[in-house]
Amino acid sequence: MDATSEAHAHDHGHDHKPGFVTRWLFSTNHKDIGTLYLCFAVIGGLVGGILSEIMRAQLQFPNNHIVSNGQEWNTIITTHGLLMIFFSVMPALIGGFGNWFIPLMIGAPDMAFPRLNNISFWLLPPAFVLICIGLLMGESGSGWTLYPPLSSSIYEPGMGMDCTLFALHLAGISSLLGAMNFIVTIFNMRAPGMTLHKMPLFVWSELVTAFLLLLAVPVLAGAITMLICDRNFGTAFFDPQGGGDPVLFQHLFWFFGHPEVYIMILPGFGIISHVISTFSKKPIFGYLGMVYAMVAIGVVGFVVWAHHMFISGIDVNTRAYFMAATLVIAVPTGVKVFSWIATMWGGSVELKTPLLWAIGFLFVFTIGGVTGVVCANAGIDQVIHNTYYVVAHFHYVLSLGAVFSIFAGFYYWIGKMSGHQYPEYWGKVHFWLTFIGVNLTFFPQHFLGLSGMPRRYPDYPNAFAGWNFVSSLGAYIGGIAFLVFLYVVYRTFTSKEHVADNYWGEGATTLEWMQTSPPAFHTYMELPRVS
Amino acid sequence: MNGSRRNTLMAGGLAAVIVGMVGMSFAAIPLYRLFCAATGFGGTPSIGPAAAPGGNGQTIRVRFNADTNPALPWKFAPDQKEVSLNLGEQQVAFYHATNEAAHPVTGMALYNVTPEKVGKYFHKTACFCFNKQSLAAHQGMEFPVSFWVDPAIRQDPSTSDVQVITLSYTFFRSLEDAAETGALAKAGPHVGPLSARAAERPDAN
Repeated sequence: MDATSEAHAHDHGHDHKPGFVTRWLFSTNHKDIGTLYLCFAVIGGLVGGILSEIMRAQLQFPNNHIVSNGQEWNTIITTHGLLMIFFSVMPALIGGFGNWFIPLMIGAPDMAFPRLNNISFWLLPPAFVLICIGLLMGESGSGWTLYPPLSSSIYEPGMGMDCTLFALHLAGISSLLGAMNFIVTIFNMRAPGMTLHKMPLFVWSELVTAFLLLLAVPVLAGAITMLICDRNFGTAFFDPQGGGDPVLFQHLFWFFGHPEVYIMILPGFGIISHVISTFSKKPIFGYLGMVYAMVAIGVVGFVVWAHHMFISGIDVNTRAYFMAATLVIAVPTGVKVFSWIATMWGGSVELKTPLLWAIGFLFVFTIGGVTGVVCANAGIDQVIHNTYYVVAHFHYVLSLGAVFSIFAGFYYWIGKMSGHQYPEYWGKVHFWLTFIGVNLTFFPQHFLGLSGMPRRYPDYPNAFAGWNFVSSLGAYIGGIAFLVFLYVVYRTFTSKEHVADNYWGEGATTLEWMQTSPPAFHTYMELPRVS
Repeated sequence: MNGSRRNTLMAGGLAAVIVGMVGMSFAAIPLYRLFCAATGFGGTPSIGPAAAPGGNGQTIRVRFNADTNPALPWKFAPDQKEVSLNLGEQQVAFYHATNEAAHPVTGMALYNVTPEKVGKYFHKTACFCFNKQSLAAHQGMEFPVSFWVDPAIRQDPSTSDVQVITLSYTFFRSLEDAAETGALAKAGPHVGPLSARAAERPDAN
C-alpha cells in the first residue's frame, strides 16, 4: 500500500469498502446483504407481477386463450403465489429492511452471525431458479398450498413439481438461518440501556416474525419432505392406498401457512408504526399495547390454522373452535389500527409520500381485515371458500397491505440507505396509480366471489364478464405504477442531491437517524448509550 | 469472547427448536392416527373386541357403501343395502368381492362412517378391513363385518338426531402388490391436455 492510498484510507477512517466481488458476492456486511435482499425482492416481485398481468389478461374476457390450457394456468398461479410470498414480500420485509435496520436501530455493529447472513441470502437465488424451472416445465400446478393428491405423482408426474418443492426447502432453510440470526442479534447485541421495552417497534415486529419463522417453517419442511418421499420413494404419508391421509397434509401445511401470513404482515406493522409516528411528529400511541398486540397476534396465529379447512370434512365443534379463535385475532389487530389512528390524531401531520403509503396501508388493511372476519365465520365460509371473495380478502391484506408497507419503508428509508432523496412528485404519482390500480383490481373480486366465481380457473361464464374486465383494467394500471416505481428508483440513484443525517426532522427519533446518510460501511464502532 | 459464546449458545438452542419442530411434524403422523382412533375424529369407528352391551329396544339404520379404486381389478359390493338394528346389539353384514384379473391380487380396504360425528359410537368388532385380503385369479369371496352401535349415541346432544349411519369402504390395491406388477405407474389416468403430455414421456411415473 503506497502513501497516497494509505492517506486515502486514513481519510475515510473505518469506511473502507472491499472490491466488487468481495463486497457483493462474499458480503458479510448487514447493510450490503440488506441491499442484496431488496434488489432480489424487486426481481421476484417483477416476475411475479408479470405472471399476474398474464393472468388478468387471460381473465379479461370470457373464453380467452392467452394461456393455452388448465395445467399451464395452474402452474402460473402456483408460481405467482410462491414468488410473491417467498421471493418478494419476505426478502423485502425480513431480509431487506430487517438486515438493514435491526442493527442500526439497536446500536449493534452488525448481525450476530455475518457469514450465516451471507448463506441466508445466497440460498435464495438457487431456490428462485428451481421455482422458475417448475414454471417453465409447466409441471408444478398444485397451487401454492401443494395439496396432495394434486401434488402427488399421480397428477403431477414431472420433476418440475419436485423442483418447486426443493425450492421451498432452500427458501425455508434461508428463512430459518435468518430467523436464528435475528433472534440472537436482538437478544444479545442491543446497545447498553436499550431494554426490550425501549426497543423500536420495527425491531419488535422482526423479533416476533423471527419466532414465527422458527416454529412454523420446520413444519413446512417436514410436510414437503414427506411429499417428496411420497412422490419419489414409494412412501404413503398422504396416500390412502398405503394408509396415509391427505387431510393430514392440510393440517401440517396450514400449521405453517397461517403463521406465514403473519410473517408477511408483522414487519409491515413495524414499518407503518415508524412512518406514522415520524410524520405525525408524535411518539406512537400506546407503545406497549402495540408490542403485545404483535406478540398476541403471533401466539394466537398458531392455533387457528384449520379455518383454512372448514370444508375439508371437520366436524361442527372443531369448526366452532377455530372460528372463535380466528375472530379473537381481530382484537389485537384492532388495537393496532386504533393506535395508528390515535397517533395521527392531533399530530402535526405532513402528507409526504411515506405517510401516503402508510395511510393507504391502513385503508386497504382494514378492508382486508373486515373481509377476514367475514371469511372466518365457518357458516359463511362454506359458501365463499375457494371463491374470488377469498382471493380479494388475502390480496387486500397481503398484496396491498404488505406491499404498501414495503413501499412506505422504501420511501421512508431510501434517503438513509442511498444518501439520495426520491423525487417527491413521482413518489406521489406512484402511490396514487398503485392505490387506484390495486383497488380497481381487487374490490370487484368481492362481488365476483359473492356471486360464486371460483378461484383457480382460467375461464368463467359470461355472467362474470363485467367485473372481470374492470379487475383486469385495474391490474394494468397497477402494472404501470410498478414501472413508475422503477423510474423513481432510477431518479433517486441518479440524483446529485445528498440528504442530511436526519432528513425527516424531529419526528424521526430512532438510532438510525443519528447515522450519516448513507451510513458508514461499519457503524457503531463505539456502542451508543440509550438513556 | 464472552459475547460470542453467548451468541453461539443461543443459536444452538434455536437450532434445537428447529430440529424439534421438524421432529414434531413427523411425529404428527402417528399422533394424528392415535387422535383419530381415540376421538372418532373424521368418522373413525372404534375398533376392538369390546362386547356389545345388549339391545335397549331403540333402533337405528345402517347403510352400506362400497367403492373400488380403479387400480384394483375387483368387483366389490355390499350384499345388503341397509339394515335396521337395535342399539347395543351386535350385527353381522356381508360384502362380496370378485377378482376379475387372471392373476392373484391383494387389496386393502379403508373405511369410515358418516356422519363423521358418530365415529366414537360405532364399534367394529371384526372386519375384513383389519387385514390385507388376497384373491386368486377370478376368485370370489364373502367378506363379513360385525359391528354394534353404542346406545350412548342417543344421550349425546350432538348425535341424538342421527337416524342413519353410512358405513363406507374403499378398496385399494395394496402398494406392494401394485409395485410388483407395475400397476402403480398406470394408476390414476390423467384428463385433458395433460394426458397427451404424459403419453409423450413414457418414462414419467
